[in-house]
Parts: sequence; C-alpha cells; structure tokens
Amino acid sequence: MGIDEIIKKCEHLYNDLDFGYVKAWKEKTGGKAIGYMPVYIPQEIIHAAGALPVGIMGGGSNLEIIKGDAYFQSYICHIPRSTIEMGISGKLDVMDGMIFPAICDVIRNLSGMWQMLFKNKYVKYLDLPQNFDPEIGGAFYRYEIEDILSHVSQITGKKVSPEDLKHSITLYNENRKAIKSLYDLRAEVPHKIPTSEVYLLLRAGNILEVTEHTALMAQYMTEVKKRDIKPQDNIKVAINGAFCEQPPLGLIKALESSGCYIVEDDWVLGVRYIQEPVATNKDPISGLVDAYLTKSVSTASKYEDKKEKGEYLINSVKETGAEGVIFCMPSFCDPALLERPMLAAALTKAGISYTSFKYAENTGQFRTFKEQTGTFADSIKLWGGV
Amino acid sequence: MENNKEAVKENSMILQKDMIADHFHNLAQAKENGKKVVYTFVPGNLNELIWAFDMLPVHPEINALQSAMRKKSAAFVLEAEKSGHSEDVCTYVKCDVGMMKRGNIGPTGEKLPEPDLLLLSYTGCFTFMKWFELLKQEYKCPVVMLHVPYQAEGSISGAMVDYVVKQLEEKVIPVMEEISGKKLDYDVLKSYLSASNRAENDLVSVWNSARSKPSPIDAYFGGVYYIGPIFSAFRGLAQCEDYYRTLREEIDERVRLKLGPITPDGAEVKEKYRLVVEGPPNWTSFREFWKMFYDEGAVVVSSTYTKVGGLYDQGFRHSPENPLESMAEYCLGCYTNHNLPSRVDLIEKYIKDFDADGFVINSIKSCNSFSAGQLMMMREIESRTGRAGGFIESDLVDPRYFSAANIKNRLESYFQMIDAKKAGAS
Ligand code: SF4
Ligand code: SF4
Repeated sequence: MGIDEIIKKCEHLYNDLDFGYVKAWKEKTGGKAIGYMPVYIPQEIIHAAGALPVGIMGGGSNLEIIKGDAYFQSYICHIPRSTIEMGISGKLDVMDGMIFPAICDVIRNLSGMWQMLFKNKYVKYLDLPQNFDPEIGGAFYRYEIEDILSHVSQITGKKVSPEDLKHSITLYNENRKAIKSLYDLRAEVPHKIPTSEVYLLLRAGNILEVTEHTALMAQYMTEVKKRDIKPQDNIKVAINGAFCEQPPLGLIKALESSGCYIVEDDWVLGVRYIQEPVATNKDPISGLVDAYLTKSVSTASKYEDKKEKGEYLINSVKETGAEGVIFCMPSFCDPALLERPMLAAALTKAGISYTSFKYAENTGQFRTFKEQTGTFADSIKLWGGV
Repeated sequence: MENNKEAVKENSMILQKDMIADHFHNLAQAKENGKKVVYTFVPGNLNELIWAFDMLPVHPEINALQSAMRKKSAAFVLEAEKSGHSEDVCTYVKCDVGMMKRGNIGPTGEKLPEPDLLLLSYTGCFTFMKWFELLKQEYKCPVVMLHVPYQAEGSISGAMVDYVVKQLEEKVIPVMEEISGKKLDYDVLKSYLSASNRAENDLVSVWNSARSKPSPIDAYFGGVYYIGPIFSAFRGLAQCEDYYRTLREEIDERVRLKLGPITPDGAEVKEKYRLVVEGPPNWTSFREFWKMFYDEGAVVVSSTYTKVGGLYDQGFRHSPENPLESMAEYCLGCYTNHNLPSRVDLIEKYIKDFDADGFVINSIKSCNSFSAGQLMMMREIESRTGRAGGFIESDLVDPRYFSAANIKNRLESYFQMIDAKKAGAS
C-alpha cells in the first residue's frame, strides 16, 4: 500500500460510525468487541480475553445529533451527547460491552446512563487510582483489572492464562514502539509527516486489531521516509488539552495550514498513555499495574503529587523542539480548562509562548482558529513569541 | 403563640451563628495561637480526624457560597476569569481563586489563614482535584490526596474500603501527624466519632419529620441551614451535638403543633405542594429563589443536595467501633459518589416515602458531577413514579446564570402541571 491508500483506509475507519470493520472482525473471528471511552484503559486485558478493544471518541463532526441533545444541557461538552446518540441509534450495538475510564464527572455519569439504557450489556466504570503507591493504588488497580478480565472472559467464554496476557502485552508493546517511532520521526521531519495523517493513523488504532495496526504503521513509516518534501518556514508547536473530545479533522488541517508544524499533541492519548514497554518478565497483571503507576503520561485527569505542574509539558516541548504551545481544548471541559492556567503559568516561567482556543467536535468553521494560530506563528517567527 | 414560635426557632439559629462566628474568629487567630489549618472539601470530609489533631478546618465551598449570599461572588469569579480561568468551568473554584487573589477575606470579614495542609478528599467530584492543584500553586503547602472510589456498581466493595483505609493509614494520618506534631490518639478520635453519631441521629429525625403533613420543615431551602454545622467544621464536636438536639426539639414541637416551615420573613408556609428537589441551590439569589417556592405554597420535603455531606437518612452513621473503616464508608457514601441508577432510586424513594406531589431538578451550570445525566434522571423518575418533574437551570455562585424571570415562569407552569395531574387523579 502506498501512503494515499493507507491514509484512505484510515480515513474510512475514522468516518465509519457504523463500525463496519468491527462487525466484519467479529464475524470472521467469532470474537466479541468491547468499546471504551477516552482516555486510557489497559487494552491488553480485553485482547487477551479474545475481544477487540474499540476506542470510541464520540461522533465527530459528521454525526447528526437528533436525540442526544435531549440528554445533556447546553453547558455540557459535546462528546457525551454524540456518544449517547450513537448508542440509542444502534450504532454501538456491535459492542458487547462498554468501559468508561475515570477521567471526569461527565464520562463517569455517562457510565450510569449507559447502565440504565443498556441493561443487558456489560458496562464498567474503570476507576483508575489516583494513588500511585503499588501497595495502595496498585492493589486497588489490580482489583479493577481482574474484575474486567473476569467479566470480559465470561463474555467471550475464553479463560485467560498468564501466557495469553503476556502475549497480548508483547503485541501492544510493539504497537507502542511503532507509535513512538512515528512521533519521533514527525518531530524530526514534520514537513514530511503531516499531523492530519498521523492523527488518522492513530485513530485507526482505536479500531484495528493491534497487529494489523502495527503493520499499517510500519508500512506508512517505510513509505513516508521516501517522501521528498522541502521544509517550509513554519513554526513547530505542541498541542495540549485535546485528550478527550476530539477536534474535527478539518481543524487539525487548518492548524497545519496556518504555518504550524505540529510536533507534539495529546489527542488519541490512550494509545500513547503508557510511555515505555510493559514488563512481561513478571506476573503480567503486575506489569500492567506498574505501567500505569510509573510509566504513564501526565494529563489533566491524573493526579501527580511528585512532579511540578507543567514539567511534563515543558519537557516534551524541549524534546520535540516545539517553539510554542497551542492549548486546544473542548468547550466546557473542566479537567482541561482548569489545568490550563497552571500549565500556562509554567510555560510563562519557562519562557515558552502559548495561545489557546476552545472547540467542539462538531465545530464547522475553522477560519478564526486558523487566523489565531497563524498570528501566533508569525509572532514566534518575528519575535520569538515575546 | 407567634412570639413563642419565633423564640423556639431562634435557639438553634443562635447556636449555629455563634459556632460559625467563633470558628472564623479562631481561624483568624490560628497562626498567633499556633494552630494548624487544613483546607478540605465538604463531601467526604474527615472532620473527626482533623479535630483529633487539634487542627482547624476551612471549607472552600462554604466560603464560596457565603460570598455568594453576601453578593461578593460576582467580583471574585470575574477576578479569576481575568487571571486566565475559562468562563466554562465550575464557579465555586473561580469564586475561591478570586477571593484568594483579593486577600482571602472570609465571609465574616476576617482574613482566612493560609493552609498548612490541603487535604484533598476526592469524593464525588473530579473538579476537587483541579481545585486543590490550583491552590497548591499559590500556597506551596503539602497536599494529601485521599482518592475515594466511585460507587459505580451501586454498592461499596471490600476492595474500595481497603483502598481508602490504606490511604488513611499510610498517607493521610502520617502527614497529619507530621504537620500537627502529634501522634493520633485513637481514643480522642473515637470520642469525636461517637459525638458525630449522636448528632447524626438527631439530624435524621429532623429529615424524617417532613413525612408529617404539613411538613414542619423545608428540607431544601431550610435544609441547607440544618446541614450547616454537620457538613462543615463542627461534626464531632459537643456544640454540634447541642445544635442538633436543640433543632430536633424545635422541630418535634412544630410537628406536635402541626406547623409548617418558616420563611426567612418569619411567616409560616401553608403547604400546598410537597416536592423533592435534586441539585444544589443557587446562592446568589437564594431568598428570591426560595420565595418563588413558598409564595406558591411549595414545600420541599426531601432533597438530595442536603446529602452531599452524608446520606445519614439511609442508615449510615459514623462509628467509633472501627474508626478508619467508618470514615472510609462515610467518604464512599456521600450522595454524588453514587452512580446515576442509585440516584434515581433514591429520588424515587424520597417521592414515595415523603408522599411528594413531584420533584424539581435545579440543574447547576457549574457542576458536572450533579448535572451530567439529570435530564435522563428526570424522564426515568417521571416514568417510574408518574409524578411531575420540573427542570430549571441556574448556577451556584455566578449571578450571570440566574434568570429570575425564566425560573419563575418555569416554576409557575410546573405548579400548574401538578394541579392538572392532581385534578386528573381525583
Ligand atoms: S471533554 Fe472534558 S468534560 Fe467532556 S467528557 Fe471529556 S474530559 Fe469530560
Ligand atoms: S463541580 Fe460541583 S461538586 Fe465539584 S466543586 Fe464544582 S460545584 Fe462542587
């Protein structure tokens, strides 16, 4: 496959809110599918139990909301209403269960709505610990993982051995490695690797079976290295705050065409949540627990008592060579928007410029965003952002 | 008799007023007197533990609501927005941040001391975490996180209790020992827990009084005063016990005399509609809001907001038997830590137990914890109970989101709907 074909495939997966791939996969394998909301779940356990983990990131900009608005007040973000819309219109019937990880009160309450709406389906609120001591938060998280494992095993009818889980962890480690290489390469030669493509590749990872996704990424990497494109006089930026409700693809493209190379971001963060390989040399559940406790990213919904606020962002800005940060956050998103002043203060202290705006997943007009980030890019080019 | 009624009413109110004044006065002098100060949240608070270390608690939500009742919150919220906070986020946080930026003058006009510890009890709301992260930037004092898992399956598991107890033992208590310079004396803790237990019994009796017809209390607008001591700095203290004993006696007397609740103007409400209310009140126009109800003879017989600091009416009591487990169960059991199906069940139960004509949801712009899902809750409760549901929207402490005319209109049509239902039924 050439790049165009790869991206076309990803775009098809991205646009297909009827989850044709998932249906076909289930038919082919006789397996089950478990949907999950942002940001992170340990997909390995779903995979090991013989089910396909499917990342659901709302309905995006193409879904018409007919009933979803009757479920949420105007001052609540958009992703729960499009998710409900997909649920009640039958688009998510293909999922044999749904997992709602702890991220904010909206997703949390959505899990309860799901329990009421879909009484015969498996619904799990995954309470990710906010205590990172292995004996305390770790013990609790292990309990949560075992709980999911036993439920999904029941759904699939497959008993999971430690070897099965180790195998799944290995496959996801390979996937993480591939994603990391792609991100590293983008930071190095962003003119060759548009983020709109990276984004679609990542979104494909929400749907595709993991080995298929890893292979697709490898193919893309091989092809993209052959590209002969000259760098433009763009600035390099890091995006922050888009970890849950996603900006429309059109918005990502608009940012890129406003004179910015995106070299770091936090959208589709779940697939990059664990930053290092998960250990397979010990009891595999401990490996997953340890990965969450010690190898996961910093993000607004996770408590950190050790690190200074903004340290993680500043490091990633430095590592990727970004010259500024764009806070790109969903309207009404408490975690992201409350995090922003703290991150902004840390950036100011570190002498890093930023600009910020809010979006909704169904925002249709991108001109003002483009003007704003274009001006931001110009100011950095002219005055180093001062 | 009118005089008598006023006098009886006043005793508990005077007690509460004095307690609060004393507490803020002690806070103002805390540093001079070498007292350590703990900022913490109402839901899932560890008041008995704080007092066992002889520390003084401050509750930022209470400061925010007090600021709103004194019409100061608008300026505080704007101050926070000027400093980079989004208009979209919880206004309690912004009110507190704004108050801090303007000198941290508390509701009684005295300056609040800076915290020696931010005790982050993470019960029922994610925003709490962001709130104290923000304060941590300003105060540079230690923060201790107590992560309380959510009752996602509608019950408390052993793993959840263990998790909270372990955090208490290994994180919270050691930090408090270090800051206070004292070892935890479990006997002292137990005696506070016993006192809490007794006050809780009296509070439940007050809530249950609303089963009488007419109800002697308004369990929402009046209820927010009744929860004052036990949800804030005083649970576990002797004054708190006194307060609830006195309150209970006053209410028992009202039941005996078949009196309805009293409005802030001192008039008695003649009960026409019995309602259950879900959601926090608006504080910026609290009296005006209340008046919209009592002018129509609407009395709230039970409410969920008055359970954010403990669902005592459903049986929970602090217990000196297993102090840490008991505190863990308390944290796990606060209203907003219950999943949506449980919240629906509870409201349905209230409507039946208190024989309510209907229920009103006051949906708060600020508060995703309460608000996300309320429209669905309304439909579900209506269909289960056949009673009318009303839906209004406002905010806690941001007056820009209180539209009196709008709310009044909605309530008027709502009361007509109840009338129509009643007429249809008879
Ligand atoms: S966009 Fe923000 S507020 Fe909305 S569900 Fe996601 S994390 Fe929660
Ligand atoms: S979101 Fe709701 S519960 Fe949380 S701090 Fe704000 S008002 Fe309180």
